Amino acid sequence: MTIKNWMRAGLPAMATTALFAVAALAQEAAAPATDAVADAVTVDKGDITWMMVSTILVLFMTVPGLALFYGGLVRAKNMLSVLMQVTVIAAVMMLLWVFYGYSLAFTSGNAFIGGFEKAFLAGVTTESLADTFSKGVKIPEYVFMAFQMTFSAITPALIIGAFAERMKFSAILLFCILWVTLVYYPIAHMVWFSEGYLFGLGALDFAGGTVVHINAGIAGLVGCLLVGKRTGFGKELMPPHSLPFAMVGASVLWVGWFGFNAGSNLEANAGTTLALVNTFVATAGAIVGWTLIEWLAKGKPSMLGAISGMVAGLVAITPAAGLSGPIGAIVLGFVASIVCFFFCTTVKNALGYDDSLDVFGVHGIGGIVGAIGTGVVVAPALGGPGIADYAMGHQVWVQVQAVAVTIVWGGVVSAILYKVVDVIVGLRPSVEKEREGLDIVEHGERAYHS
Amino acid sequence: MKIVMAIIKPFKLEEVRDALTGIGVHGLTVTEVKGYGRQKGHTEIYRGAEYAVSFLPKLKIEVAVAADQVAKVIDAISTSAKTGQIGDGKIFVYAIDQAVRIRTGETDADAL
Repeated sequence: MTIKNWMRAGLPAMATTALFAVAALAQEAAAPATDAVADAVTVDKGDITWMMVSTILVLFMTVPGLALFYGGLVRAKNMLSVLMQVTVIAAVMMLLWVFYGYSLAFTSGNAFIGGFEKAFLAGVTTESLADTFSKGVKIPEYVFMAFQMTFSAITPALIIGAFAERMKFSAILLFCILWVTLVYYPIAHMVWFSEGYLFGLGALDFAGGTVVHINAGIAGLVGCLLVGKRTGFGKELMPPHSLPFAMVGASVLWVGWFGFNAGSNLEANAGTTLALVNTFVATAGAIVGWTLIEWLAKGKPSMLGAISGMVAGLVAITPAAGLSGPIGAIVLGFVASIVCFFFCTTVKNALGYDDSLDVFGVHGIGGIVGAIGTGVVVAPALGGPGIADYAMGHQVWVQVQAVAVTIVWGGVVSAILYKVVDVIVGLRPSVEKEREGLDIVEHGERAYHS
Repeated sequence: MKIVMAIIKPFKLEEVRDALTGIGVHGLTVTEVKGYGRQKGHTEIYRGAEYAVSFLPKLKIEVAVAADQVAKVIDAISTSAKTGQIGDGKIFVYAIDQAVRIRTGETDADAL
């Protein structure tokens, strides 16, 4: 592990080197090709290949991975509604990313949001390049843009699990369009862009623990509170209709997550292999953690428990993927899994809200444990790669600030957006339609014919 | 003519079928059903949500036989379907007013 690999994390000292500032710099450099030669820029085919593979892997996480994971967990009458929501959200988010999202997230503006200079991919060509974490090593801007596009496509899709089975398709689409614009792009800009507020603080987020998971988790929590409980919640049986589908989906998520985590290194080098190893072992630790605690606390180790642990571990290692040693990663995954188990089984029941698929309990809580834990496991004394001027107390405090900013920004803006959507199209279908099932009333088709 | 109807544990179906074939019963109708009796249900846990499942899956089998065969059929079923545990099921017998074989038009005893 060298200093290069964790720079995405955003060291204050390095902030001015404008890692992703790619943007402006690369654009200007691209025109006169002679300048690039003079600066000894390397564009490696191995890096490009790995980034294209990673980009496709993150798409695979969304469809079919997330779609099947969520779909298997709802009742049969709502199966297609979930598959449809994930699919169409991903498609719309890809278009928005190209239209203005990439520009708002990854161009200069202020500390909170970028500008419109690359709207509709203006200036992005086969000649333009994006920075990596190694000085002088660049990748084509197209693959950087596409890789980041897949992140913005999956994040809103994660949210829908919190209010699955009871929100109108139109309301979900409108909410996601507004949310990605006013929450995701700004937070991505703050965390990942060199001029961003959280980047400047020195918050570590290797692959998107705050931007993706805490962000989606808090939006989900606010959503399930404002949308309200499913009709019959607490009185009727609402078991998952297909745990085999959920298991397949979660496993596809795991495979795709290698693109998400190891791809976030933006190169194919030794640091990438560390992220790869951590994505294996943290997840394994988390599966064992959830299975053990459930076995002890509930008497039986369940399949749903094992895949819940799998996702919790993947979420937790996301911010630390390239910033932890393998043993630290195992501990992080294990601990996150135990905390998420406690949250999903005890805290949620005590509070009585209906987060259908535990988006907050797994992504929100797992993301928070991971984000704060990253400040700990990065320590060289614990086998982590370390960062310049590292002090655990300080780093943990910075991590807490990043989590807090995300929760406050995401929570407040999301709440406003749900209200706006409620006024414009209404959040819920009628009780009769909800009982009938969203597949028939929203989409005019059924998942299964018997 | 009687119908012998039995509710049995699903995994006992093959043994019951063998026993009935052994005493010369050549037809059997099977339906998947759910219900409850003295056997308690079970609890299913999905993350934090615990559900008491009180309707258990059972099979309903129906055999139409001549009245003088009823005792043999009851014996065959009760022997083959028995585990000795709560939940083995029950047997009910009731009368048939009429029977017709659709293919040939044969009626009553000839139709069985």
